[in-house]
Amino acid sequence: MVNNSVSDLIRLSATALAAKLRAGEVTSVAAVQAHLDRIAEVDGALNAFLHVNAEEALAVAAEVDAIRAAGGAEAEALHPLAGVPIAIKDLIVTKGQPTTAASKMLEGWMSPYDATVIEKIRAAKLPMLGKTNLDEFAMGSSTEHSAYGVTRNPWNLNRIPGGSGGGSAAAVASFEAPLALGTDTGGSIRQPGAVTGTVGVKPTYGGVSRYGAIAMASSLDQIGPVSRTVLDSAYLQELIGGHDPKDSTSLPKTLEGLVAAAEAGATGDLKGLRVGVVKELQGEGYQAGVQARFEESLELLKGAGAQIVEVSCPNLKYALGAYYLIMPSEVSSNLAKFDGVRFGKRVLPESGPMTIERVMGSTRAAGFGDEVKRRIILGTYALSAGYYDAYYGSAQKVRTLIQRDFAAAFEQADVLVSPTAPTVAFELGENDNDPLAMYLNDVATIPANLAGIPGITVPGGLSEDLPVGIQFLAPAFEDARVYRAGAALEALLEKSWGHTLISQAPAIDSASIAPKA
Amino acid sequence: MSNYTDELVDFDEALEKYDPVLGFEVHVELNTKTKMFSDAPNAFGDAPNTNVTPVDLGLPGVLPVVNKTAVEYSILIGLALNCQIAEKCGFARKNYFYPDTPKNFQTSQYDDPIAFDGYLDVELEDGEVFRVEIERAHMEEDAGKLTHMGGSTGRIQGADYSLVDYNRAGVPLVEIVTKTIEGAGKRAPELAKAYVAAVREIVKNLGVSEAKMEHGNVRCDANVSLMPKGADKFGTRTETKNVNSLRAVEHAVRFEIERHAAVLDSGAKIVQETRHWHEDTRSTTSGRPKSDADDYRYFPEPDLVPIVTTAEWVEELRSRLPEPPADRRKRLKADWSYADKEFRDVVNAGVLDEIEATIAAGTSAAVARKWWMGEIARLAKAADKEIADLGVAPATIVELNSLIAAKKINDKIARQVLEFVVDGEGTPSEIVEKRSLAVVNDDDALGKAVDDAMAAMPDVVEKIKGGKMQAIGALMGPVMKATRGQADAGRVREIVIEKLGL
Repeated sequence: MVNNSVSDLIRLSATALAAKLRAGEVTSVAAVQAHLDRIAEVDGALNAFLHVNAEEALAVAAEVDAIRAAGGAEAEALHPLAGVPIAIKDLIVTKGQPTTAASKMLEGWMSPYDATVIEKIRAAKLPMLGKTNLDEFAMGSSTEHSAYGVTRNPWNLNRIPGGSGGGSAAAVASFEAPLALGTDTGGSIRQPGAVTGTVGVKPTYGGVSRYGAIAMASSLDQIGPVSRTVLDSAYLQELIGGHDPKDSTSLPKTLEGLVAAAEAGATGDLKGLRVGVVKELQGEGYQAGVQARFEESLELLKGAGAQIVEVSCPNLKYALGAYYLIMPSEVSSNLAKFDGVRFGKRVLPESGPMTIERVMGSTRAAGFGDEVKRRIILGTYALSAGYYDAYYGSAQKVRTLIQRDFAAAFEQADVLVSPTAPTVAFELGENDNDPLAMYLNDVATIPANLAGIPGITVPGGLSEDLPVGIQFLAPAFEDARVYRAGAALEALLEKSWGHTLISQAPAIDSASIAPKA
Repeated sequence: MSNYTDELVDFDEALEKYDPVLGFEVHVELNTKTKMFSDAPNAFGDAPNTNVTPVDLGLPGVLPVVNKTAVEYSILIGLALNCQIAEKCGFARKNYFYPDTPKNFQTSQYDDPIAFDGYLDVELEDGEVFRVEIERAHMEEDAGKLTHMGGSTGRIQGADYSLVDYNRAGVPLVEIVTKTIEGAGKRAPELAKAYVAAVREIVKNLGVSEAKMEHGNVRCDANVSLMPKGADKFGTRTETKNVNSLRAVEHAVRFEIERHAAVLDSGAKIVQETRHWHEDTRSTTSGRPKSDADDYRYFPEPDLVPIVTTAEWVEELRSRLPEPPADRRKRLKADWSYADKEFRDVVNAGVLDEIEATIAAGTSAAVARKWWMGEIARLAKAADKEIADLGVAPATIVELNSLIAAKKINDKIARQVLEFVVDGEGTPSEIVEKRSLAVVNDDDALGKAVDDAMAAMPDVVEKIKGGKMQAIGALMGPVMKATRGQADAGRVREIVIEKLGL
């Protein structure tokens, strides 16, 4: 009998834990309990979880253990990740657990149905640890815009964990969970991954069903994996991906070969791979420490046989502007359903006539936070008669131009590479009064959403003792390429450091939290 | 201050001064098994909020999926209206807050309808054909149904609260929009009715809608404007919403023409607005002002992918089109040799299908018409039902007819048998057997009845002997009474003649 201390169990990658479960070295119940213990230990300081689903997670774990113990065909048929716990971004609806989107609007709401990705996770028997914090309705880059309090960055509790998926990233970075689901509309998986030293992938648009992910901007949203290793994300994307008849925009064909690509990449051999450095996604506007880690990564890639080429995507300078027209336009329509009539919060007007318009108005006034309101107002304006062509119409044209830029770049390069975010994690509250500064943090991630292409972030080292992320992008449907390149860089960096980046994260000490200024 | 009036100008006078211009938006509810964007049942009359899924309630996270059958039905409608079918088209979101619309936007086609540029030849009662140009037929989803409680009018104003039923939310609709219709003149109300009737008939004939106006399967918004004779610019229009019977369409157009003329005559201006139709007073009242300021913030529905219609698909659907109703009528009228009025009555009674089926099952056209327009129509009227809803099968008519031909029953008994069939007692033969209704042509029984009758009426017997053969009729009453109406009248006559040695 191998003795596994709790701290060892939670530090395992999902794939390594899965191997131990299969080998019978540990039980899923023990693994789940270890993560629940970790949550109990550190989440008071982090606030990564909005809901902890202990009872159900342990029940699923026990079921997996029983199947394994019984052996036979049923045990053989278990998914490779069966029994490995996972955390779910609270934008994804789940039966039996509350779904809030981190909004007061959905306080206490229980979905009567499961998202398609949740059905797949249930079928594969991954115990769900709970629901993770986010910026309200996924609108933000810092998780400061949650109605249920900020999530703190495990590397420095006074820094943001990124956003909107700060909860999932912080949970994975702090060993509360080996895996998590995120959603990425403009970088909400990748930017938190970058600033927490974790791995996150935005699949090709349509690669994973959106059914049951509360829509922020339908044409940009994509569910994806969050993990500590590239291989773990590959396994998770293969689990959640594939065509869904409930999502018309999901791809007819499953994106395959992701695990194989990650395994191939991990050999560190990149001979013949053309890696394009996007002129517009580096340099000016990027912190010196971020730029330095980026350039070190380029050297390693070159050393592994990759051919580094410089490419230009001149229209990327319009990406942020186009994004901040398309996204709020879709937001203004997608969030119209939150009106207090059928579900969720209902707030009656304090005085005056009780008309439906006034009930809807007071519900939305009380239920939505400022950032959500800001985007609804912006989008409503952008879609107004007389402005549509100038705003929404022009932004869609920019989107086409960006797609063309990428298409041209991918003729010269197999993958593109850039820093994931221009800065390391900023301080909590730093951008409170400057939404534009916060929006700028997504400058390198947004183009992939506008173009519908896959992107990965992998840990690229530290600057000011905070993680820096390196992003790879690939053409649509070529998700395997980002896994190959990502796994290669991960292996090369870990070899050069002699350890994983996440192993360098400091202990979580709530005493380090600075008093509010 | 209101600048309109409910003063009316006599219709004929109005038409002397003004030319009416019409336009129609007809909403057709498709009878697909499931809804436009969800797999909830598309069914009428079920308990409120039972035919709903998370999609129909607009719950967080849901996504729409287009119902392929609804698209096919829409293409069929487009083809039947002689439209072009778009090679590629999509949906848009029409954004507005209203509690009958679960997402607070309606998913509807906007600037790329699936069918466009068609026409419909509408036949008026006297046979004149008027071509109505079709601008477009587009797909959209229906809203839920609000019931306003506690007020006196049933409208939202003054209600204490409102109930909402989302069973209808997401039911597939096709909205058929005409181009402006000029030149109808005084026949405008008649044309309005005939146009909606023709659309209703087409969708019913295609089998794509239940086409019951009383269930709201076909709903008409009628646009009316007047322009002074000789003018070259259209007047301001009003849109009378949800006119839900053919008669009401005719009356609403007529009313609006009379009302517009009065407003214009007084020197005032028509307010561009929607109007509500009131069946009880046969009049319209002001609804909500409709202006170009309505801003629905349309944008392409990002949750759906474009619909691509290949030429093969469209041609396959075209091959499914049934014979157009007008062509069919022309053909049947010639085949059956009915007089104009006879045929018109048959059409108006809505029994073309039944008569055609009855003839196909083996009766003559004349016999089929006699039954459907005669006894069956009478029974339907007595039961306050549509003839077609009475449930008489063509086979029943064929069977009755052969029982008569075989002299098993007479016409009078046949009518009784039909009534028993309608009451569900069985087939005609079964009923004749069960109720012992077969005509009595047993000579012994008839002979005894005739003897008794002649004994009771010696004066009648004398008259017959004297050559007054029609006096035989006076013996029929007692004979029929004795045989409970089942005597074969022809045979009775023969027996009388035999007995009297004539």
